[in-house]
Amino acid sequence: MNNLLSIVTFLPMFGAVVLMFFLRGDDEMAVRNAKLLAMFTTLATFVASLIILIKFDPSNTGFQMVEEAKWLGGLNYKLGVDGISILFVMLTTFFMPIVIGSTWAVDHRVKEYMIAFLLLETLMIGVFVALDLVLFYVFFEAGLIPMFLIIGIWGGKDRIYAAFKFFLYTLLGSLLMLLAMIYMWYDAGTTDIVRLLDHQFASDTISVLGFGVVGGVQTLLWLAFFASFAVKLPMWPFHTWLPDAHVQAPTAGSIVLAAILIKMGGYGFLRFSLPMFPIASDLMQNFVFFLSVAAIILTSLIALAQEDMKKLIAYSSVAHMGFVTMGIFAFNQQGLDGGIFQMISHGIVAGALFMIVGVIYDRMHTREIAAFGGLAIRMPKYALIFMLFTMANVGLPGLSGFVGEFLTLAALFKVNTWAAFGATTGVILSAAYALWLYRRVMFGDLVKESLKGIKDMDLREKLLFAPLVVLTLLLGLYPAVVLDITGPSVEALLQNFNNAVGVVETVAEVTSH
Amino acid sequence: MPTIILFAPLVGALIAGFGWRMIGERNAQIVTTGLLFLSALLSWILFFGDYETVESITLFRWIDSGSFSIDWAIRLDRLTAIMLVVITTVSSLVHLYSWGYMENDPQWKEGESYKPRFFAYLSFFTFAMLTLVTADNLVQMFFGWEGVGVASYLLIGFYYRKPSANAAAIKAFVVNRVGDFGFALGIFAIFMMTDSVNFSEIFTQGHALSAKTFQFLYMEVNAVEIITFLLFIGAMGKSAQLFLHTWLPDAMEGPTPVSALIHAATMVTAGVFLVARMSPLFEYAPGTLAFVTVIGATTAFVAATIGLVQNDIKRVIAYSTMSQLGYMFAAAGVGVYQAAMFHLLTHAFFKAMLFLGAGSVIHAMHHEQDMRNYGNLRKKIPYTFWAMMIGTLAITGVGIPLTTIGFAGFLSKDAIIESTYAAGTQAGEFAFWMLVIAAAMTAFYSWRLMFMTFYGPEKGDKHTHDHAHESPLVMIIPLGVLALGAIFAGMIWYGDFFGENVFDWFGPAVYINHETNNVLHEVHDVAKWVKAAPFFAMLSGFLLAYLFYIVKPDIPAALAKRNPGLYRFLLNKWYFDEVYDVLFVRPAKWLGRFLWKRLDGSVIDGAINGLAMGIIPFFTRAAARMQSGYLYHYAFAMIIGIVVITTWFAITGGAQ
Repeated sequence: MNNLLSIVTFLPMFGAVVLMFFLRGDDEMAVRNAKLLAMFTTLATFVASLIILIKFDPSNTGFQMVEEAKWLGGLNYKLGVDGISILFVMLTTFFMPIVIGSTWAVDHRVKEYMIAFLLLETLMIGVFVALDLVLFYVFFEAGLIPMFLIIGIWGGKDRIYAAFKFFLYTLLGSLLMLLAMIYMWYDAGTTDIVRLLDHQFASDTISVLGFGVVGGVQTLLWLAFFASFAVKLPMWPFHTWLPDAHVQAPTAGSIVLAAILIKMGGYGFLRFSLPMFPIASDLMQNFVFFLSVAAIILTSLIALAQEDMKKLIAYSSVAHMGFVTMGIFAFNQQGLDGGIFQMISHGIVAGALFMIVGVIYDRMHTREIAAFGGLAIRMPKYALIFMLFTMANVGLPGLSGFVGEFLTLAALFKVNTWAAFGATTGVILSAAYALWLYRRVMFGDLVKESLKGIKDMDLREKLLFAPLVVLTLLLGLYPAVVLDITGPSVEALLQNFNNAVGVVETVAEVTSH
Repeated sequence: MPTIILFAPLVGALIAGFGWRMIGERNAQIVTTGLLFLSALLSWILFFGDYETVESITLFRWIDSGSFSIDWAIRLDRLTAIMLVVITTVSSLVHLYSWGYMENDPQWKEGESYKPRFFAYLSFFTFAMLTLVTADNLVQMFFGWEGVGVASYLLIGFYYRKPSANAAAIKAFVVNRVGDFGFALGIFAIFMMTDSVNFSEIFTQGHALSAKTFQFLYMEVNAVEIITFLLFIGAMGKSAQLFLHTWLPDAMEGPTPVSALIHAATMVTAGVFLVARMSPLFEYAPGTLAFVTVIGATTAFVAATIGLVQNDIKRVIAYSTMSQLGYMFAAAGVGVYQAAMFHLLTHAFFKAMLFLGAGSVIHAMHHEQDMRNYGNLRKKIPYTFWAMMIGTLAITGVGIPLTTIGFAGFLSKDAIIESTYAAGTQAGEFAFWMLVIAAAMTAFYSWRLMFMTFYGPEKGDKHTHDHAHESPLVMIIPLGVLALGAIFAGMIWYGDFFGENVFDWFGPAVYINHETNNVLHEVHDVAKWVKAAPFFAMLSGFLLAYLFYIVKPDIPAALAKRNPGLYRFLLNKWYFDEVYDVLFVRPAKWLGRFLWKRLDGSVIDGAINGLAMGIIPFFTRAAARMQSGYLYHYAFAMIIGIVVITTWFAITGGAQ
């Protein structure tokens, strides 16, 4: 099978098409079939992606399982995975069956809902496997549409505002990224990402509107991509769409958003910013550190003040993404390994936390923290799961959250002790807001009348959490399953990066003599 | 064998935690306790072995990222062996004791099952503590370090219905995280300077590091000084040293067996263990060592002053623990890590016993903890009384001056006090006086506790006194075993920890830089008055307590009345909690709210909305349309956009 990647990418879309055209009616039977078909499709996609993982050779640092085809006109269709992207593909395919499973209680326009998620899956996988600029852009931007609809149609009370804000934020970044891509094509004469990775963009200082731009074209391109990735990730201060989007999104939408969608930003930095614009990345290092540390400290403090469970977790996500960006921009092995690890781990943990909120939202139809209290008495199993992921979120060693956090911090310390000092305060603040949340929801006496009949998790819910629990423990106790895959590719990336940065420095030295 | 010691408690925790429904509550208790006794037995076998070299057992890989490469592994040397017996012995006895203490806990309603959870937590704690002391690298140690933190959090908050227990649990975890913040930075600094976090590699680098500097924040710092300093911050958090101590008294919200195990004998001593373990680095950091001495001695002093006036029996013992930990750090700070470990061992016995004894009193008095409602209990609960008596004799340091005959605390505490004097440094001299004064206060508050509880007239609820009863055998036996330790541990191991055997016995586990550190040789030549000073301090404390609480019981009240400021200052624990609340807790809450509403709300969202709605009229209309729900139009527009772009690329030939 030489087109395995295409199969994995488009299988969900195929499922969506089948749903769209072959499933009629709105009765209970149809609803049930829609869910079953979606579940089956996502599971099949996951199984197919496992074959990719098995066939994947971590020691090979190039792109593997590459598929290339002429598309219409001058467009090129090219897919492939390397040690950096494959785990994001796996994360996506792994999560989607769980996401579908979490929608079991939805009864409003179910067929369309399933179609939206299946399309979204194709587009998300596409982002991670695309090896052509145009293809990447299409996946990257089109992925917004289903998400936009999921929030706008199946969301909460202020869903329109949230969806609109979500769109507005991404619009500017998208436009700038598009301009940058057009320039890259014009400059390098290709949209093939593999060839672009070898292309050197000019970095001589140029003058724009009378301002001297150090790093020249690279800096401008870097900023254009940054505008898109920083919003997506999101980095502080481009993050305010995320809490609103999360609060308004249905549970399944929040899971996708937290677990996968925002990871595209981090992936973008690794795939484009670092390798293609190394000089600009190097110049921007402290700028990114500043934003990352600001994210960790400020959004953690904000999380302390939250009254809505989802908002709290959303802010906590922003803080955790701060570790990702600072790790990536530390430009060393631990930083990049840690950054990728943190994204994978956060996907699992934040996804689980949003599901945890969903469990009691389904029962009580509120996410207000003050509406709960004392749940541990009636929901011991739920209490256990919640505690586990709270601790993973806090970065407890032995659970997945620790590895990424610790590696990125260790990496950062080598580069900038100020930033490391600031970022490490995150370990104190995260403990404070996470345990404070847990206490208010789970502990105390169960006094509220409305809660006295609340039921513990049922079998379906337990089954959904089971794989997440296993992965959190596995990644925490034996992180080699991730690090062995990312390691060689990261090393190669860094080597190229250092060569590029080093070359310029030696040139500069020579000219100054 | 070390592997079994390590994993037996984990197995017990898992079986009790997840399998108790299948095997029943009773069996869950039997399994956890049985496995702990197994661990304890094996630990004692290991303890009597020789440790001329360091053994290392690799279990499996953990984190592997470039040069950051670590395994799950067990490091076995004298330090580990000491900690193993301390942890498993106390833990197994506490498990047994809990059979009685937790039998009918009034905090729970009929039919609520809490025992398996309790025993699972206890065993899980023991496992985490064991990984901490068996770690062969700093990150694994950090794993245990945080693991015990979580176990402590869960057990302090065990009565999760009680708001005060929940608050105390969070406080313990967060304050410990402040310490961990330093610990983590210390690990990062070590990794930066040595490119490794494994003990075997770091330990060879002490001398080299002392010659290196690096830029930390705005200052150029000596590598080994800053590394050890940061690690010590971690130790301060875990071991409740001054400024990071506020969680320990509150931690008494947990069930009393927990206080005995975690907050007296084991977890809180992890900081002392850390300093001893890292002695190959600390030995090259005179600045940090002086700091350790001063913090330790000051803590010993401050905690003792607070202990003088507390009325809750558990809080008195908690401050006493904090004070004794200060002694250990003072010893480590003057480079006599062995004496610190000696006191750690003896303290584990007598302090665990005091706590369990207090638990027995509380059990007898229907969970009354205020000593003002005790009195004249020695006849009603004689075994408990004698256990507490032995514990008090041990902690106050009763023995024959200038000999090595006495209760456990006599030998280990005097070893510390002599060491600080023998160090001959300014910090050492300061510590010496602080510790001698603290010894007097220790005697005072310990005897005050005894007199208020077991002597004098009965006070408080008469009904409670009438029903006061001795505890069941499962609670008395652990007290008896610990009593043996409290009496004999000092005399048995004096030679190994502090006498002529000390260097052979410790082997390579503790590193002493003999060029700068000869305290262990000089200490045996200190003047006689130095050796006798703690004894007389102890005696004066006892006599004062006797005068205050037996001869003339109205003195304390009168004294408090005459010095209301000082009394309140001590009663309110030097107002640390209040100051921290104003300095950290409130500002953090206020800042969070401010950043949320103002920065995120007004500034960032304001700018976005302004940009979108105000400046660009097009969006105003779009927004209006959005509000009216034309969502599909919008999605459609996006699709059109993408189609246009791809078409354009297709026509112009993107790939060429």
